[in-house]
Amino acid sequence: MTTFAPVSLDQAPALEAPRAPLHRRIGPQLLSVLIPVVACLYVGVIILLPALNVVIQAFAKGWGPFVESVSNEDLLSALRLTAFVTSIAVPANVIFGLAAATAIARKEFRGKALLLSIIDLPFSISPVVVGLMLVLLFSPTHGLLESLVNSTGFKVLFSVPGMVLATIIVSMPFMAREVIPLLEEEGWEQEEAAKTLGASDWQVFHKVTLPSVRWAVLYGLILTTARSLGEFGAVAVVSGNIVGQTQTLPLFVEDAYKQYKTELAYGAALLLAGMAIVSLLLKFFVERLLEQDKRAARPDG
Amino acid sequence: MSSSSLRRWSFPSLVLPSWPWRITWLYLTFILFLPLAGLLLRAANVGPAQFWVLATSPIAMATYKISFGLALLASLINGLFGLVIAWALVRTSFPGQRLLDALIDLPFALPTAVAGLALAAVYSTNGWLGQPLFEWFGLKVAFNWPGVLVAMVFISLPFVVRTVEPVLRSLEKEQEEASWCLGASSFQTFFKVVLPQLTPAILAGIAQGYSRAVGEFGSVVMISSNVPFRDLITPTLIIQKLEEYDFAGATVVGCVMLIFALLSLMVINFIQVWGRRYTDDTTRIPTL
Repeated sequence: MTTFAPVSLDQAPALEAPRAPLHRRIGPQLLSVLIPVVACLYVGVIILLPALNVVIQAFAKGWGPFVESVSNEDLLSALRLTAFVTSIAVPANVIFGLAAATAIARKEFRGKALLLSIIDLPFSISPVVVGLMLVLLFSPTHGLLESLVNSTGFKVLFSVPGMVLATIIVSMPFMAREVIPLLEEEGWEQEEAAKTLGASDWQVFHKVTLPSVRWAVLYGLILTTARSLGEFGAVAVVSGNIVGQTQTLPLFVEDAYKQYKTELAYGAALLLAGMAIVSLLLKFFVERLLEQDKRAARPDG
Repeated sequence: MSSSSLRRWSFPSLVLPSWPWRITWLYLTFILFLPLAGLLLRAANVGPAQFWVLATSPIAMATYKISFGLALLASLINGLFGLVIAWALVRTSFPGQRLLDALIDLPFALPTAVAGLALAAVYSTNGWLGQPLFEWFGLKVAFNWPGVLVAMVFISLPFVVRTVEPVLRSLEKEQEEASWCLGASSFQTFFKVVLPQLTPAILAGIAQGYSRAVGEFGSVVMISSNVPFRDLITPTLIIQKLEEYDFAGATVVGCVMLIFALLSLMVINFIQVWGRRYTDDTTRIPTL
């Protein structure tokens, strides 16, 4: 038993609001200034300054030289090739992503987590290893499919098909990754209703499933496109980097930089950076729409 | 066993899978499994003893040290600063917050070759940041191993921020208020109430950033001098071996990186499952 010593009233502490100890009053205020400052400094040094540097270097000699370097013939052909590769890789991955999402998202089966991890694999494999895998398959001298490559005369390595394949592999997971969680959260009910009303599988997909995930699809499309436009490592291994033939824009940047054609490198880099910023802006707007859809998908609103 | 269940089990594969399944498996087979099988078959041809010799050759070991070591350092640095940035985005407000938020995503969106070009220019000995660092501290960043570190930091910066941010946003302020009311200092509240709940997200971000930094090629190859034993990373070693037509060597080192990728996937999955004990299903850790 503890006994409390009686305290006379004049000894008792005054009944005013208890004051927090000094470190607790000053600490949080100091931190609320310090944390944003540190965050901004860090991001400034690591991201902002390098990004600004590209813009400034590209325009270092003014608008004229920039336009001149951007209209360089090799640069333009690299840009065309990048656009071509992207225009094949993105639709292929959209089809795969949608098929995988509708197949996987709403079923529970053994190995589902494993299958999802397999789809994620290109995220964690180094792009260089992706390129290496393609070389080991299609090399006309050392590849596993060398007889097939040599007999059909269809050149995969050091030509456009190999680059398309490499781009497809590295940008494969984005679409499925965006659509699957949304489909998982939504119920089956609407699709079942459509089916009971006599809709075919394709109609259900086209008229019910696809509209309900439209922003996620758009989001995945943006991410896939951005990655396809900028892919470097995997394409570098399989392309052979032949100027004007198998050189995409990112490869052009590196090549021009190595050959001290600095203005060309920065011109091409600024083009790519511009595309990246456009994709970021689009992503930002679609993110908002996606949030709306997600909120609508939740049963409690 | 009843006859109906017997019948159900006897011909399970007679029903053709639906079109989405067919497309998924066909695509995965040709796009992913076939190339993977190619690499593994080539590696199997090498033979275990030779595999070990090639995988642990001095030059390969030196590149592992650079790739795996510097990537670990980079992801840990980002673990710390990612938390600070996420805190700044969620718990404070200041002018330019939106710009900061937008800049975080730039390493995801910017092609790695552009990132490499930008970093190499800024951190070279006559660049904006490289010059003062060289003149004041004698530190050569670009075309040296610190440059590789900077590129890895750049490339893995968004992961921790983007995994921690939603968890921090969903934390209930009441817990911290309760902790203050019970007399804990802000220090104690942070380390005993807030940080444990953020830990799975921080670890997931670090693991994802680490995995990305180890595999990164485009930005590192441009800022590094690619000299063995100084700043040569493993992916560049694979390319150099391919250029020398050393297919066996490239295959073995590629296999080591593949095994690492599989391991890191498992670790990330494990962290995500483990992290669910703190979050309900609607606020799970995002995968980037």
